[in-house]
Amino acid sequence: MIIEGKAHVFGDHINTDYIISAKVKNRLTDLDEMAKFLMEDIRPNFYSTIQPGDFIVGGINFGCGSSREAAPSVIKRAGIAAVIAKGFARIFFRNAINIGLLVLYADTGNIDEYDQLKINLDTGTIENATKQTSISTQSVPPFIKNIVDEGGIKNYLKKFPNFESM
Amino acid sequence: MGMTLVEKILSNHVGRSVKQGEFVLATIDATMSHDANRPLAIDAFYDMGGTTLFNPDRVVMALEHNYPALSDAHIVSHQKIRTFCKEQKCRLYEGEGIGHSIMMEKGHVLPGDLVVATDSHTTTYGAVGAFASGIGSTDMAVALMTGKLWFLVPETIKINVMGTLPAGVSSKDIILYVIHKMTADGATYKAVHFGGTAIGTLSMDARMTMTNMAVEMGAKVAFIEPDDVTFDWLKNRTAKTISPVYADPDAVYADLIDIDVSKLSPFIAKPHRVDNGASIEDVEGTPIHQGNIVSCTGARLDDLRIAAAILKGKKILEGQRLVIVPSSREVFKAALNEGLISIFVESGGIIGSPSCAGCSGQKFATPGDGDVVISTANRNFLGRLGNSKASIYLASPATVAASVLNGKITDPRRYLK
Repeated sequence: MIIEGKAHVFGDHINTDYIISAKVKNRLTDLDEMAKFLMEDIRPNFYSTIQPGDFIVGGINFGCGSSREAAPSVIKRAGIAAVIAKGFARIFFRNAINIGLLVLYADTGNIDEYDQLKINLDTGTIENATKQTSISTQSVPPFIKNIVDEGGIKNYLKKFPNFESM
Repeated sequence: MGMTLVEKILSNHVGRSVKQGEFVLATIDATMSHDANRPLAIDAFYDMGGTTLFNPDRVVMALEHNYPALSDAHIVSHQKIRTFCKEQKCRLYEGEGIGHSIMMEKGHVLPGDLVVATDSHTTTYGAVGAFASGIGSTDMAVALMTGKLWFLVPETIKINVMGTLPAGVSSKDIILYVIHKMTADGATYKAVHFGGTAIGTLSMDARMTMTNMAVEMGAKVAFIEPDDVTFDWLKNRTAKTISPVYADPDAVYADLIDIDVSKLSPFIAKPHRVDNGASIEDVEGTPIHQGNIVSCTGARLDDLRIAAAILKGKKILEGQRLVIVPSSREVFKAALNEGLISIFVESGGIIGSPSCAGCSGQKFATPGDGDVVISTANRNFLGRLGNSKASIYLASPATVAASVLNGKITDPRRYLK
């Protein structure tokens, strides 16, 4: 399966307060409403620049900080198809897998803002159409891939109610 | 080959011997969730098709991030959680303070336990030698329904803390220094085992500060092995038999790090990252506007005692604000009995009711544009306190107290008697 979109590039250590601030989380309960404030403190009106299917590109330690599931959730609801980063904080990574947000490890150093990316999820290749370059994503353990392939833990458990694929 | 503490605890909860790097399904001893989760754990539970809890007696919910309700959203969340707990007969705490304090104080976590909670600072409970990790609401729904959760058995980094902690320097300074050295992703996906002679001298409150903040270097869990301090803490808090677990002497560690605290100065995290560390000498004199003695990290009884000792008989500098929010009702009561609250009030401080207020964007003591806050809490990300035009330094309670007396970051050792 191939997904295409433009890259929105962020730096290292993008924490969960940047992704969705506690200020917003304390005021709202609807995750789709909260999605409008994605990255608000570091990139005001970021939400308005997203086209469904776009990607967020990060450096190291993406999603560090809180265990708030709202973080990957608002990214997904804002229309982002995948987050590609050099590294992920573990709670964020796990929450993303659970709710069906694609999170991919890759060496993102040469991706610039609005580069057009084409990701082949079967081969794990990311083609940068703007730069005519290509990088590969790191494969994840088979058990994690099972959850991702089912679109999240809810669907995974319908198929494997006792985690049989582990 | 010897096992780490983590391998032993997970093996006990899986029913067979497990090793670092394996994916396992483990039984959960207890859970905690609170009112700031979006979605709420209970909503995720219903969404996943949950109907009954794996064990209502081991399920704890706490109203504490915004308590008493500081927003309309929280009035609704609180009502929902109350209704759920009444129907499901699980344990609800409100007005008792921060969930992590409650879990520790009320004996919900014992040495060797496996506990999960919907909050990253769940690593706190490792202070009694438990495997305790933060998870999201959907993971919590799985745990609530099945009493089990999958884990990747993490490798362990052992940090050997040696030497004698100098006067005026506390466990908050140690952990800020460690995080600075390790960096914010230095322990990602790993367990952090704090050991060494200096750890043995720390009180349970001081230990909790360290395991609490380990998540800020990416740790999955953090712990300090049980000793007499641990057993003393647990003495009147649980009637259950305690079965502590210890690492084997020949356990294999991913990394072994030695830290000597004999010459450690008070340590600070500068804006806007927890690993942006500096020794007090490098930041002393920085003007501040507000001091916060708050949170599961830095408002335990020991923290209040340390701050009160410096503030006693003195007034904070005109124009400064000092905000104190005891981490729990138990701490608040003890602070009242010891006269600490009077000291804070006399010095010009304002006291909040036990909760997470003052740490994470609640509409409580929100700083103004350009304000500089120095806090005993755990994160200083831009916008953390609800205003992205304010900045936050993290420090020990002693440093916060000394600083609000002078309107600038001040070395608390100047106040040593």
